[in-house]
Amino acid sequence: MYPSRFRYEAPRSLAEAIELLVSGGEESKVLAGGQSLVPLMKLRFAAPELIVDINNLPGLDYHHADPDGTIRVGALCRHATLERSALLAAQQPTMAAAAPLIADPIVRNRGTLVGSLCHADPQGDWASVVTALGGYVVAEGPGGRRTIPITEFVTGPFQNVLGHDEIAVEAVIPAPKGTPAGGYLKLERRVGDFATAGVAVALETSGGLVTRAGIALTGVGGSTIEAIEAEQALVGRPLTTETIEQAAGLTAEAARPKTDHRGSAEFKRHIVRTFVVRILSRVDGTAERAA
Amino acid sequence: MTSLYEDLSNEAPSNVPVRRITFTVNGEKKIAEVEPRLLLAHLLRQGLRLTGTHTGCDTTNCGACTVLVDGKAVKSCTMLAVQADGHAVTTVEGLATASELHPLQEGFKEEHGLQCGFCTPGMMMAAKALLDENPDPTEEDVRWALSGNLCRCTGYQNIVKSVLWAAEKLRSQS
Repeated sequence: MYPSRFRYEAPRSLAEAIELLVSGGEESKVLAGGQSLVPLMKLRFAAPELIVDINNLPGLDYHHADPDGTIRVGALCRHATLERSALLAAQQPTMAAAAPLIADPIVRNRGTLVGSLCHADPQGDWASVVTALGGYVVAEGPGGRRTIPITEFVTGPFQNVLGHDEIAVEAVIPAPKGTPAGGYLKLERRVGDFATAGVAVALETSGGLVTRAGIALTGVGGSTIEAIEAEQALVGRPLTTETIEQAAGLTAEAARPKTDHRGSAEFKRHIVRTFVVRILSRVDGTAERAA
Repeated sequence: MTSLYEDLSNEAPSNVPVRRITFTVNGEKKIAEVEPRLLLAHLLRQGLRLTGTHTGCDTTNCGACTVLVDGKAVKSCTMLAVQADGHAVTTVEGLATASELHPLQEGFKEEHGLQCGFCTPGMMMAAKALLDENPDPTEEDVRWALSGNLCRCTGYQNIVKSVLWAAEKLRSQS
């Protein structure tokens, strides 16, 4: 298989890349890691007329933390970099848990977190993680930069809010006010398959209480699902067997799984509940362990 | 110079947009004119006749087409050939020297790491990337590193043994 014909440009600066996208019109597409876009083009689900390959743009392969703890991930930061990141291991447990579970090790060498968010696959892991963390995307276009919360960034399956002339340059995770805690668990039939079910939990705790809770689900509905009621049930309370069970139940209720070849709806809901319990039970400082 | 665009189209070559790229394959400098939509796997196999790189699933799942780009394992069916411009590509043909097999190749032979052999080049290249980064991997490290490569024959046991055999041999040589 090979893609339909397109014009290819590999600019050396962001300004040049944006100019190319402006002149290319609606059928222009940005290529970063290409681990979703190239397969889509080969299958002819996508047939852009212009590909603007941003891999030669300098200074976008970073991930770092600002002094206040805000984490920034550049558009060319690969999953593999995040998987090996000492920064995430020390400061951001939900992202650190998710990075090794993205696709497979070879795909992780090229694919990017920001590209994954842009691709907006309802089965995407990073969308759940960034949703749970209350993150946002920074995009640059001919009109300058703008910041878009992840919940507004994704507008539907494989659709995002970006104009054809805008490039997502950075994903941002706001600085935590409490101690970050949480994780990401995914059930998959084999490495690289789409999630049967995935759960992202991002907490902040302070003085034995949960001060912020983010919970988002992968693969159990037509979009990334934020379990808002479960989040609200945790805030202001300690993690106990009771609060953990309650949050797990509310999260399972928020899931909208369908029975398919990966499992029954009932099974997937059960997995969601179990994953919430597992992640919350492992949070340091949890007074009582849940089952 | 390798030109690879005519077999993608019935159009006259003059109508086909091509780009000239310069890269190295197994240490040799290459210049090619390619259509932007040409995949790296096709450039290697058809343009350079390096047919050790196999195309299996063609959908980024199986890893049979794995090559190294600047030392990192990538699925060459999921990278455009134009993106190799300025980069160093290593294929399975780059493992052996004229007189000697690479320890990975020896390992697959010694430990019976293949049956049909279709996945083997991808397995070896993914394993090479692992051993370059981690010369003393555990069995778990090997399984993790090869988790993006599918084998339909062996059940993976002997593939893992082969990589561990190669790791030991490489360590004993260094």
